[in-house]
Amino acid sequence: MSEPLVTVSDLRVAFAGREAVHGIGFSIEPGEKLALVGESGSGKTVTALSLLRLAQNAVVSGQALFGGQDLLSMPEQTLRGLRGQDIAMIFQEPMTALNPLLTVGEQIAEVLQLKMGLSRAQSWDKAITMIAETGIDDAPRRASAYPHQLSGGQRQRAMIAMALACQPRLLLADEPTTALDVSLRGQILELISGFQRRNGMAVLLITHDLNLVRRFADRVLVMENGHVVEQGPVDEVFARPVHPYTRRLIDSRPTRDPAELPTAAEPTVVMQASGLQVGYAVRRSGLAGWFGKGEFVALKGADFTVQAGRTLGVIGESGSGKSTLALASLGLLPSRGALRVGELAWGVTATQNQRMRRTVQVVFQDPFSSLSPRLTVEEIVGEGLLVHEPGLSAAQRREQVLLALQDVGLTAAGDDQGVLQRYPHEFSGGQRQRLAIARALIVRPGILVLDEPTSALDVTIQKQVLGLLQRLQRERGLSYLLITHDVDVIRAMAHHVLVMKDGQVVESGSLADVLQNPAQAYTRQLLFAAA
Amino acid sequence: MAFVAMVLLSLAAELISNDRPLLVRYQGSLYVPVLQNYPETVFGGDFQTPTDYLDPFIRQRLAEPGNWAIYAPNPYGPKTLNYFAKAPNPSAPSRDNWLGTDDRGRDLLAQLIYGFRVSVLFALALTVTGVVLGVLTGAIQGFFGGKTDLAFQRFIEIWGSMPELYLLIIFSAVFAPSVALLLVLLSLFGWMGLSDYVRAEFLRNRQLDYVRAARALGVGNWQIIKRHVLPNSLTPVVTFLPFRMSGAILALTSLDFLGLGVPPGTPSLGELLSQGKNNIDAWWISLSTFAVLVLTLLLLTFMGDALRDALDPRKAES
Repeated sequence: MSEPLVTVSDLRVAFAGREAVHGIGFSIEPGEKLALVGESGSGKTVTALSLLRLAQNAVVSGQALFGGQDLLSMPEQTLRGLRGQDIAMIFQEPMTALNPLLTVGEQIAEVLQLKMGLSRAQSWDKAITMIAETGIDDAPRRASAYPHQLSGGQRQRAMIAMALACQPRLLLADEPTTALDVSLRGQILELISGFQRRNGMAVLLITHDLNLVRRFADRVLVMENGHVVEQGPVDEVFARPVHPYTRRLIDSRPTRDPAELPTAAEPTVVMQASGLQVGYAVRRSGLAGWFGKGEFVALKGADFTVQAGRTLGVIGESGSGKSTLALASLGLLPSRGALRVGELAWGVTATQNQRMRRTVQVVFQDPFSSLSPRLTVEEIVGEGLLVHEPGLSAAQRREQVLLALQDVGLTAAGDDQGVLQRYPHEFSGGQRQRLAIARALIVRPGILVLDEPTSALDVTIQKQVLGLLQRLQRERGLSYLLITHDVDVIRAMAHHVLVMKDGQVVESGSLADVLQNPAQAYTRQLLFAAA
Repeated sequence: MAFVAMVLLSLAAELISNDRPLLVRYQGSLYVPVLQNYPETVFGGDFQTPTDYLDPFIRQRLAEPGNWAIYAPNPYGPKTLNYFAKAPNPSAPSRDNWLGTDDRGRDLLAQLIYGFRVSVLFALALTVTGVVLGVLTGAIQGFFGGKTDLAFQRFIEIWGSMPELYLLIIFSAVFAPSVALLLVLLSLFGWMGLSDYVRAEFLRNRQLDYVRAARALGVGNWQIIKRHVLPNSLTPVVTFLPFRMSGAILALTSLDFLGLGVPPGTPSLGELLSQGKNNIDAWWISLSTFAVLVLTLLLLTFMGDALRDALDPRKAES
């Protein structure tokens, strides 16, 4: 074996006295694709950042040899020479990693001027070549576009062009595809692999997504709480994980365990929509904007039914109108077309709305923004009772809150551990999502709208939350309208599936039909990307 | 805390700095001059006028065996003229007048204490009305958005372009100047900055998921504002408060300095500053007033930071 490109030994990173990375060691061979896997807080991003000494306020110790020099102790000036030139980095969110006030061409040219000493004209030409190589159409025109004028995928391509401009020997890719839609993820990885093969550079891919690792990497490093718990060739680790944490990660693909109702019985329809349309008023461009508002139709006539005790899964990429559909079915957005919850429709009278509110409840994606930070758990979970059962005394309300918390597995029976008086920020993401479910369940709804209920959670937590939702469905016969972009979640939860694209339902049917015999090319693409 | 202590002390100004004794025993009976006016005849004088307790004759009567009087630590009120000063006015600090007197012979320490009290109470009142108006209009604009927001915004733009200072000058020419009039006029213009902050916070908060979740639960508009949006929108208000207060103190001081503020005779820091300007060699006037102002404004600023940290549940825990 040749000399490793990077050898890291006993790397420790501490923030304000608390150690986040506890003496890890690994090496990267030239031209190798190494994946660093772990959940949030495992220290994987910090590890990568500290290789370039970019981790802020961190105390880094240990050794990281790159071509015989120690990255961690070399003078700042030498390191600055290496950054961008020999070691480049791409970040998760290209929108914030690119300067919004410079065109992407200028940003790429700037790197070339700085590192390669090219003239303005030369660097501009080179930048256009780079942009073309990353597969952006019409490169000369795109080079003079500002970041906000590009799509998410194009921005990430521009980032890659910038990082690879000087043909670095090592690329640090920190969750390069997490902010992108599933169908784009494969393309971006393909692009990085292509460059890797051509330039013979090494790639350190930081990710939480095991699918990516399986597809992309040669070797994998599993991190948990600042320790490397397992490392080895991808095939081996996936086939025979040794460490329990690795096993847990690999098992975290959600399992299917939904309520299977007897199919013979005629299912009751609890929610039915036909021709459901939602439009947002937008300013027309130019002179037309003076005379009236235009309309952007986010949902162009959706038909669907939710059956009692079943889950309707809605899948689509960002901008497909699936969240709009969720808000419309909650009666939170004005919509056209017919939407019936049981026998009722939204917006007829205030009392009727109030009755329907009790029937349809919601759980949102981000458990950090869906709980008011200034209310205690008791106030948050008990709020629905204040509205729908104003006759309850404070003690009765508290009793019901405790029951709801037990139902979602946040507390054990008879032991509330002082949970009631705590604030949301004291809970982890998974616990917060349980709180949000408890808040929805306390009014005993029949239908639960789940808007990406697990996308913000780590994979192992995601599995637990989905398990909880499945248990609740079995026990209470709840109906779910499940919005997600994740095929795995649909596979685990749904009975029927709706595939959405650009505000339209492109395909619908039972889970088996849609997943096994997708009729539309778009559905096939989604399924392939997630495989 | 130092600021609160200063305010509390100044609220008890009558006990600290007063030309009337706190308690008098005269020929067997007790008098409380600090609360009640007694004519001079009570203490053996010749006139029915209120007693001047600094008069050597009265002092002598009160010092007779069997009689006694407890004076305030600083035996001058804000309007008391020291007729018996040993140096010409304005006189430098001495044992009689700890911080000296102004050019009319009034004790400077007494003036500062009472002036500080007027400033702080005025600023407090102005801040309270400003916050109530500002939060109310900001909340309505931010929460309901759309046309309501637009109408309010245009109104604020028009209202904000009115020249405040000229209005004050005109009004002080038309009406007899009084603290209440000043308060009303300044309040009318003092709420706009705050309402912008509150509006922005409401606009941001009302589309967060927890507000949507509350809507989905069927919680009413008023309850959503009260329980969800308002508490989460108050951080800028709280942070803003002390700055608003120091702004109010400064406004009052500068108006007084220009002679457009409180009616003559009311103790005020601004008037003292203008005296300091007119008597530039009486350094004790300008210097001590300046010191009081700086200290007040500084403490208010510190208070703002402390308040914000104290009200944040995330920080309170750690």
